[in-house]
Amino acid sequence: MYIKQLSIFIENKAGRLEDMLGILKDNDINLVSLSLADTSDYGVLRLLVSDPEKGKAALKEAGVSCRTTEVLAVKLAHKVGQLQELLGIICKAEINIEYMYALATGKDDASIVLKTSDIARAAELLKDAGADFITQDELANI
Amino acid sequence: MIWNEAKECMSRDEMQALQSKRLVKAVNRVYHNVEYYRKKMQALGIEPGDIKGIEDISKLPYTTKDDLRDTYPFGLFAAPKSEIVRVHASSGTTGKATVVGYTRKDIDIWSECVARCLSGAGVTRDDTIQIAYGYGLFTGGLGAHYGAENLGATVVPMSTGNTKKLTTMMKDFGVTAIACTPSYLLHIAETLEENGDLDKIQLKSAICGAEPWTEQMRLQVEEKLHINAFDIYGLSEIMGPGVACDCIHHKGLHVQEDHFYPEIVSADTLEPVAAGETGELVFTTLTKEGIPLIRYRTKDLTSISYDKCECGRTTARISRFKGRSDDMLIIRGVNVFPSQIEAALLEMGGTTPYYMMIVDRVNNLDTLEVQVEVEERFFSDEIRELENLTKKIAHVIQQAIGLAVKVKLVEPHSLERSMGKAVHVIDKRKLV
Repeated sequence: MYIKQLSIFIENKAGRLEDMLGILKDNDINLVSLSLADTSDYGVLRLLVSDPEKGKAALKEAGVSCRTTEVLAVKLAHKVGQLQELLGIICKAEINIEYMYALATGKDDASIVLKTSDIARAAELLKDAGADFITQDELANI
Repeated sequence: MIWNEAKECMSRDEMQALQSKRLVKAVNRVYHNVEYYRKKMQALGIEPGDIKGIEDISKLPYTTKDDLRDTYPFGLFAAPKSEIVRVHASSGTTGKATVVGYTRKDIDIWSECVARCLSGAGVTRDDTIQIAYGYGLFTGGLGAHYGAENLGATVVPMSTGNTKKLTTMMKDFGVTAIACTPSYLLHIAETLEENGDLDKIQLKSAICGAEPWTEQMRLQVEEKLHINAFDIYGLSEIMGPGVACDCIHHKGLHVQEDHFYPEIVSADTLEPVAAGETGELVFTTLTKEGIPLIRYRTKDLTSISYDKCECGRTTARISRFKGRSDDMLIIRGVNVFPSQIEAALLEMGGTTPYYMMIVDRVNNLDTLEVQVEVEERFFSDEIRELENLTKKIAHVIQQAIGLAVKVKLVEPHSLERSMGKAVHVIDKRKLV
């Protein structure tokens, strides 16, 4: 149910983002989705890739600070109010959303990637509400 | 104006005789009252009787900041606690502060030395002087304060931190002299300029010290404020401000030689350098009771001249400082060692991350940025966690050095690695 996100520390400096993506490309790792959180000094690049462990190993080899983080990727129907409904479930349980970004799978539905303060509980609640999750295998084949 | 002509203008022979007499007494004092010195001297096979005059000083062992650290807090005190009336403290090379103690007589001599410096800067009992050094453990505030009171001037104990109040009082009180760090004086000058107050003040002289500054900076501030600016030198280990100060001719800082005996030695060999050559300044306190120090290595690099000055003083003059023989930085008047930052980071994370200190001067105020490499064990995918990490690092560093810092997280391996001694400081201030 959980998928592994690759999180990378990058300085807010020209060319660094490209450098990181270059390392992944050289290791034949496909990017599925990304989000960049930035501050004036640095940013955190969050990636969903075809093979997160291989990506992490390659980045580490290059001396980059990175880690894999477990996140949820939930499928959403293209329907008004879908996201709000889903977040309502999480909010009612007083679970905090640390961050969120969109994931395009190229199919009819859209998906969102979620990191919450309590991932196990969030997953359980969403599952009970009938949500559909994207798996690691699916990501590898996008 | 010369405050104490008898001492400041005595012939070189008389001065040497006085220094000899006082050194013998000082050596006896430390030998009999300070176990640490007794053992040091015994290890070298020296007894107080071997020191018959100032020419024997080279037989004596050196003292360093490490000796003060090893005997923290009061191990080098040569007076009983009941006679110590005050302590001050400055930064040590690592966690522990360097602590010094003063007897009532020490405070009197210190006030005498500061009064001589202020007199040399043209300050008299008719002047109103703002003391804008920090008051507290730092020697600057109280040292200048007691000296100015001893002189009889009207003292306004401003301390630091409120420039608006300082400039307002400077105008309203008709302040004629100020004692502060040179960078703070420039900041004050800019504040006055911005408010269109430059012609509303009656300032005549500024006595600046506690941090290095250039001759250009001194001239710049003189021109901007239409004053005479003087360079005062001191260090808490020896006394505090007032160990030396320049006169109106600005040809070196007159050392209060009857109380502090200066030597210039090679920082490598510790042998005396040839006359007029640059080396490390070493001081022996000749009259101090609380914590007399023998051949204390200041790590400040300078040269010395014994020629009589145009002002009439015969005391030795040290030239403007040419840097330091160690890695100590003076930031906003505070002594900072890279090792303090290293120790703080070590305490936080178990191992020492790579770090770099970037010192700069923005609007005439020193800034310190510490760049720390984000190792994997510190890295989080959440910005909030990284911001907490930044705050935590800033906090531990501030606790260690007593200065606010900006912490910047940088990528691993992005800081320069050097083959030899690690470079931990980039000083952009161009002070030498």
